[in-house]
Amino acid sequence: MSSIHTRATDWLKQLESGTCTSAEITQLYLDQIDRHDGTIQAFLHVDHEAALEQARDIDKRRQAGKPVGRLGGLPVAVKDILCSLDQPTTCGSKQLEHFQPPYDATVVARLKQEDAVLIGRTNMDEFAMGSSTENSAFQLTRNPWDVERIPGGSSGGAAACVAAAMAPLSIGTDTGGSIRQPAALCGVSGMKPTYGRVSRYGLVAFASSLDQVGPLASNAEDLALLMEVLAGHDPLDSTSAPVDVPSYTATVQQPLEGLRVGWIPEQFRSGLDPEIEAATQEALDVYRSLGASVQEVALPHARYGIATYYIIAPCEASGNLARYDGVHYGYRTDEQSMLAELREQQLAAATPTDVESPLVRMYRKTRSEGFGSEVKRRIMLGTYALSKGYYDAYYLKAQKVRRLIRDDYDQAFQKVDILLGPVTASPAFRIAEKTDDPLAMYLEDLYTVTANLAGIAGISIPCGFTSESLPIGLQLQASPFQEEKLLRASYMYQAATDWHSRRPDLT
Amino acid sequence: MNEPLYQVIIGLEVHVQLKTESKLFCRCSTDFGQPPNTQTCPVCIGMPGSLPVMNEKAFQLAVKTAIALDCEIPEFTKWDRKNYYYPDLPKGYQISQFDLPMSCRGSLHIEDPEGAFEPKDVRITRAHLEEDAGKSMHDEVAGKADSSIDLNRTGTPLLEIVSEPDLRSAAEARAYLSELKLLLTYLDVSDCNMQEGSLRVDANINLHLESPDGTVATPIVEVKNMNSFRAVERALIYEAGRQWDVWQETGQKLGDVPKQTRGWDDQAQITRGQRHKEESSDYRYFPEPDLVPVRVSAEEVAAIRTNIGELPAAIRERLVADHDISSYTSEVLVNQGRGVVDYFVQVAESCGDGKLAGNWVQQEVLRTLKEQETQIEAFPVASSELADLLGLVQRGELDSSRGKEVFVEMVQSGKSATQVMQEKGMESVDEDEVIQLCQALLEENPQVVADVQGGKQQAVGALVGKAKQQNSNINPGSVRQILLDLIQKMS
Amino acid sequence: MSLSRQDVEKISLLARLQLTEEELTVMTDQLSQIVQYVDQLSELDTENVEPMAHAAELSNVFAPDQSRPSLDREDALRNAPKRDDQYYRVPAVLGD
Repeated sequence: MSSIHTRATDWLKQLESGTCTSAEITQLYLDQIDRHDGTIQAFLHVDHEAALEQARDIDKRRQAGKPVGRLGGLPVAVKDILCSLDQPTTCGSKQLEHFQPPYDATVVARLKQEDAVLIGRTNMDEFAMGSSTENSAFQLTRNPWDVERIPGGSSGGAAACVAAAMAPLSIGTDTGGSIRQPAALCGVSGMKPTYGRVSRYGLVAFASSLDQVGPLASNAEDLALLMEVLAGHDPLDSTSAPVDVPSYTATVQQPLEGLRVGWIPEQFRSGLDPEIEAATQEALDVYRSLGASVQEVALPHARYGIATYYIIAPCEASGNLARYDGVHYGYRTDEQSMLAELREQQLAAATPTDVESPLVRMYRKTRSEGFGSEVKRRIMLGTYALSKGYYDAYYLKAQKVRRLIRDDYDQAFQKVDILLGPVTASPAFRIAEKTDDPLAMYLEDLYTVTANLAGIAGISIPCGFTSESLPIGLQLQASPFQEEKLLRASYMYQAATDWHSRRPDLT
Repeated sequence: MNEPLYQVIIGLEVHVQLKTESKLFCRCSTDFGQPPNTQTCPVCIGMPGSLPVMNEKAFQLAVKTAIALDCEIPEFTKWDRKNYYYPDLPKGYQISQFDLPMSCRGSLHIEDPEGAFEPKDVRITRAHLEEDAGKSMHDEVAGKADSSIDLNRTGTPLLEIVSEPDLRSAAEARAYLSELKLLLTYLDVSDCNMQEGSLRVDANINLHLESPDGTVATPIVEVKNMNSFRAVERALIYEAGRQWDVWQETGQKLGDVPKQTRGWDDQAQITRGQRHKEESSDYRYFPEPDLVPVRVSAEEVAAIRTNIGELPAAIRERLVADHDISSYTSEVLVNQGRGVVDYFVQVAESCGDGKLAGNWVQQEVLRTLKEQETQIEAFPVASSELADLLGLVQRGELDSSRGKEVFVEMVQSGKSATQVMQEKGMESVDEDEVIQLCQALLEENPQVVADVQGGKQQAVGALVGKAKQQNSNINPGSVRQILLDLIQKMS
Repeated sequence: MSLSRQDVEKISLLARLQLTEEELTVMTDQLSQIVQYVDQLSELDTENVEPMAHAAELSNVFAPDQSRPSLDREDALRNAPKRDDQYYRVPAVLGD
């Protein structure tokens, strides 16, 4: 039987020819999980029996000559932020530790429809807020390339599980870089589709105008396969684009003739790790050698991306997370002790009616106990920026700068097909290295947030390693609904290089 | 005549539940009165990951209503989040409209036929579309205070109609509400049932009064929890008086204290101050990222306006102009709805006497409908049949009171007037017969003739009675006239 | 532009969060830093720029007015932290 490093698309061929069964493949990955996830901790939830049952079901149908979906029994890991019928969907938070939605997210339904084997739910930064997965309320995920380092975030589990070959495919989400950055730090490929390309119905919202669901895999061809399943209009999502989905798998292997690649000199200023800079320049050379033309491009307002993002995202998040109040679902503080505490305060108070009502106290304690500090910080920031008197200076201003950032991209894409650049300014940092400095952590998203703000598509593919053997990611960006271009450009690069084939030594 | 002590300034906020099959952002049914929490889904429960999708009909009904209220319909409109915490608001925000509502600057004309106030156009600031919250009910169970939450109503489409503070009395406020409800009923956009909560009213009220420093405004008070138009009227009367008392005691002016909210207590017939809110409302409005804006073209607006049908105010005028009825009668008829109006028009046109038709429909028909608790659509007497009956009455072949007898029989049996008359042995009386009868009576009663000629017209009454005894089908009114005419010819 | 401790306390009530004294101190400091950072946007002249509230240029997205079956009450209430047969239950909602 093939190794766990087999591409998903190759597995499919073997499944179709009957060389192996889905149950066998699933067992292979479950064994890998058993061997290594004790250390890596990519998964929050794995149900061996349920996964094997799904696999056996699909095998039966295949053997009976019945139609089988496009993912035909391939294991897929899903970030714990996508609602899955009657499955724990925790979003890495105590608020939803025991939440089991009575419905499937549209993308989960599509995965099921196309016969994916949902092998497990992956760890993440709480409510997708973070760049290291250290904000998970439950466990710390480690970077398979160096277990003393973080895997990136917020889709750290989804990236780590693919890097450690615990699943050939995974689904993550990207609001400010949360697929691309962990993909880069973990040496895998990951894509953030154009905003509206993939349905958000059932995606637990962090920042509604920025969130997108996307695929992670070890190579571009596998990403193409997943994208075909995920993409497409959804009547349950008003922001979902009524744009046809091209057949990505049919074209991914076709090189792009006359590809125009742009790079942004401003990205290569001080602050960018010299090894990352070197690897990125080398990648540019690879494209030159493949016949692409290369030119400099400017994105003059990109430097304001972090400031813009860290206004808009927290503002939307403060609205989206208001529902976690302990009333209809999720965590609620212990009422007995809350009421007792309140009673004591009322007795001690000079004006008892000044002490807040039990309901308000319940809200405040529930949310304070249920949320971690990063989530609280962003809720506070968003609440502040939207509060009376500040709307114009912050939220409105940020939405205007957002327009400028988008205009920069529109202009750039008139001259080039693809923008090429780094994903992060530095490779994976050590666990706890940035936890005391929120702003430093925010700057992790420097190169990735502008794609979310503009709503365009972006992809991260491996392009080298540091002298400490840490993966380096290359970011390609394209204008809206040009995922095909990104996949083909990535495939071109991966056909000419083998960074993406390297695997961490997990022993 | 004394100058009034103060002027009352009132603005009304009316929330109307739009008549759609499903909710504003999800496809749960909007049926009223279902068991608690049986009409919810991930969207209206606000479950993590759920998203709203706008109900097309709700938007159309909202536009239709706004056009009927003479509002401007801007080309571009969008939705916003109104953020606050309440257990019946599961998302922690209400999807509503803030700075670019779907309509603004309209008006509603009000009049009182009895002249309690001068006719006026009440300006409408805006009408916008938003979702309803659920219901919370307070429970006292074994010494603990708990509340129960039912989310069936969450997400129901509401049209919020806000008037300018143009109303100057409780009577005007009531008239505004009646006229608004009538309009909404004619448009068929809402059930307008306050008992079921499909129409809700909040009022903002304060006083303007003269002080040595000029005109002064007292602090505005929001009054809630009024469950009928009558309650609104009473609450506003009470509140105006209460504010006058407060002014005399405290001299507080608008701006001196924060806006207060008071609830109407229908039992005690007073308003009570409501619990001091945890913080003054900072709703932190921002554009709803999960909904895209809506663009309405001028052509679409024009098309809706053309097809909107005849509205109550226009109908009232038309009935008076075309059928010579009083404004009062017209108002009564129009208040009953298009069905009654159409019925009346058919009767009036068939029998050619609008006044007569108006009286009969207003009195006999409406009373019967009320007694039998039916609608005009199920009324057993067709308009043509009533017209026939009225024709008989017009021609004097049936007097008014007999006519009513026939009518009652027609209602019960569903038979035509002539059939009923036949069966009852009523006959229309030949005019010559009546004249002969009268002449005979006069000859038999020369004293009566003398009395009438001497100036006592009422003496003829006795003969009318006799005539009726001889022939029960005669019309007393016409007999009286005939007798008098004959007597006159005799002199 | 920095935030005062009082500002942060007010925001925490608006956000229905409750911070300990220590958290209040740290949060005031951190928020001030972040706000100072994002203030750089004021450098830009955006006088004639249209705000971009949506990443997609869509409008007029509607669903037909047709009702569909709702969740079973059990499925709706299953995740409720406190409930009875028919309702969600919360500490008393007083006032309006």
